[in-house]
Amino acid sequence: MPTVAPLDLDGHCIAAVFLDDVPHFALADGAIHRLDHGHKTVQANDGLLAAFHDAANDRLITGGEDGKVFAVTAGGNAAELASAGKKWITSVAAGPQGAVAYASGKIAFVRFADGKTREFAHPRSVEGLAFSPKGMRFGVARYNGATLHFPAADGKPVELEWAGAHTGITFSPDGAFLVTTMQENALHGWKLADGKHMRMSGYPGKVKSLSWSAKGKWLASSGAPAAIVWPFSGKDGPMGKAPLELGTRGNAMVTSVACHPSQDVVAVGYDDGMVMAVRFTDAKEVLLRRPGKGAITSMMWDRQERRVAFGSAAGDCGVIDISA
Amino acid sequence: MSDAQTTQIPVTVLTGYLGAGKTTLLNRILSENHGKRYAVIVNEFGEIGIDNELIVESDEEIYEMNNGCVCCTVRGDLIRVVEGLMRRPGRFDAIVIETTGLADPVPVAQTFFMDDDVRSKTRLDAVVALVDAKHLPLRLKDSREAEDQIAFADVVVLNKTDLVTPEELSKVEATIRAINPAARIHRTTRAGLALSEVLDRGAFDLSRALENDPHFLEAHDDHDHDHHDHDGHHHHDHDGHDHHHHAHPSDIHDVTVQSVSLRGGEMDPKKFFPWIEKITQMEGPNILRLKGIIALKGDDERYVIQGVHMIIEGDHQRAWKDGEKHESRLVFIGRELDAERLKKSFDACQAA
Repeated sequence: MPTVAPLDLDGHCIAAVFLDDVPHFALADGAIHRLDHGHKTVQANDGLLAAFHDAANDRLITGGEDGKVFAVTAGGNAAELASAGKKWITSVAAGPQGAVAYASGKIAFVRFADGKTREFAHPRSVEGLAFSPKGMRFGVARYNGATLHFPAADGKPVELEWAGAHTGITFSPDGAFLVTTMQENALHGWKLADGKHMRMSGYPGKVKSLSWSAKGKWLASSGAPAAIVWPFSGKDGPMGKAPLELGTRGNAMVTSVACHPSQDVVAVGYDDGMVMAVRFTDAKEVLLRRPGKGAITSMMWDRQERRVAFGSAAGDCGVIDISA
Repeated sequence: MSDAQTTQIPVTVLTGYLGAGKTTLLNRILSENHGKRYAVIVNEFGEIGIDNELIVESDEEIYEMNNGCVCCTVRGDLIRVVEGLMRRPGRFDAIVIETTGLADPVPVAQTFFMDDDVRSKTRLDAVVALVDAKHLPLRLKDSREAEDQIAFADVVVLNKTDLVTPEELSKVEATIRAINPAARIHRTTRAGLALSEVLDRGAFDLSRALENDPHFLEAHDDHDHDHHDHDGHHHHDHDGHDHHHHAHPSDIHDVTVQSVSLRGGEMDPKKFFPWIEKITQMEGPNILRLKGIIALKGDDERYVIQGVHMIIEGDHQRAWKDGEKHESRLVFIGRELDAERLKKSFDACQAA
């Protein structure tokens, strides 16, 4: 039976992550809580809006209401990486070679590991940011499509057009596909080799959480009463194929998804705080956590594939141990 | 109403041209001792002279929804900012949005109806338009936005009245009334009015919307303000010397918004609901606002409706009082509305 070590905090959890195998919980007030031989806290932003787990460097990149970007590492270190003025930092991402991107209004900034920054101005607001896993390339989700930049070179950006407001963005782990979340209840995708479109719609709610499975074979998503999991193993991605619907519940919506690091299993978090693990092959479900106080907002598996850290909108966070 | 409703944070939208007094009003809202804390969303930091950590600068982002409806627009920036603010709800009691002088109020308002997340956490309280008494005639000549802002408002603050003569003031007020017969108008200098007249109005709250709306409820002849008068006066010479009677307010060329007020007896619900659906579907792009109290045949309660373009909401409001006349009233504010056709088709919905 899985066991839950709860951590009841006061506030909306933006990100629940492991840093050096220590569970960390970043709250909207900018406090980063951790369970490291007891409950400890370090303050990052004055008001946290966006967070991204930089797996390569085992750190959490945060952006906030104070217009600042921090890098939080294990042991309670929060270092300011950048400051972009009085405007909110609404999106952050980490990329290869220690690069970090952050968005403020219509400008996307890239900060390289050596501290140099470059600005990329857009005609409309930068809604979402993601680096490609390969090469120095990043994508911006924007109104009516996405823009790809090559920050290490001076080339022209690549524009990918699709009508509507694109709010979030992710590259597949092999860099072959780009997927955006939209203001409407849908995902949109592009096969980058030929620009072919992929429409993934039919969600009853907005999609706010995406997670690629091991080796990028599947893309799990929230926004429905089940985790909607699209197949990406074929060369054309999910086109013409139906998604899996895992962990379907009649009375709750999925708000967060986190794929297992190596197996075809996804942790599914719901708006009532319940968490389940579901296997892709046979849709078998295991209850990991009973409903709590608030919607699950963030989850992450640890490297030993033994624990899941989770955060909620009401602050009732914790760590699930599935090996017990 | 449900628990969710009671915890929804009210949102007040301030519109108005540069110089109309928005900042003055905003500074009053932030500085006066009313015991409430406000988060303010502005287009640019700047004029606000008050220290308030919750002033958020936001770039106006109008997003057309991908559903083929051109009037279904929302403010993408507001979705993001409201979502961010609402993750730490304990910091403020209400939100005020100050729009730019040229801003279209419709996407701002529609954001609070069309986005599920925003809608679940906040409620649009009222749209307040500030109008500069001196410069309004000029504004109406050179832009459509000034007119849209008035047409869309629940409350119009007619400011800087000390800069005009009583005759000019009457004329400006009559013009505002011609554009929007349903709004409350307050004459002010330096935006000096009780803040209770602009805050916590419940103008979009179906249970309250029409209660504090005297012009709408009064049984006067609405056709004072209808489109035919307006057309008729297009040919008049008006150099500012000939003052028309108040019943003929549309002697300004530059008014393109019209209102159509309808009144009837009890409606047949089987006819009325399909009719209002169809009208808002077909005429939605031309309808800025609609409000109504409907008497339904065989129903003990008043039914209230309100709409913005194609979005329409309706609910039972309260029981008819003893002796209260079971009357249906409906006002459309918009452009290119066919008053005759609306009236005829509305009349056809009456219960036999």
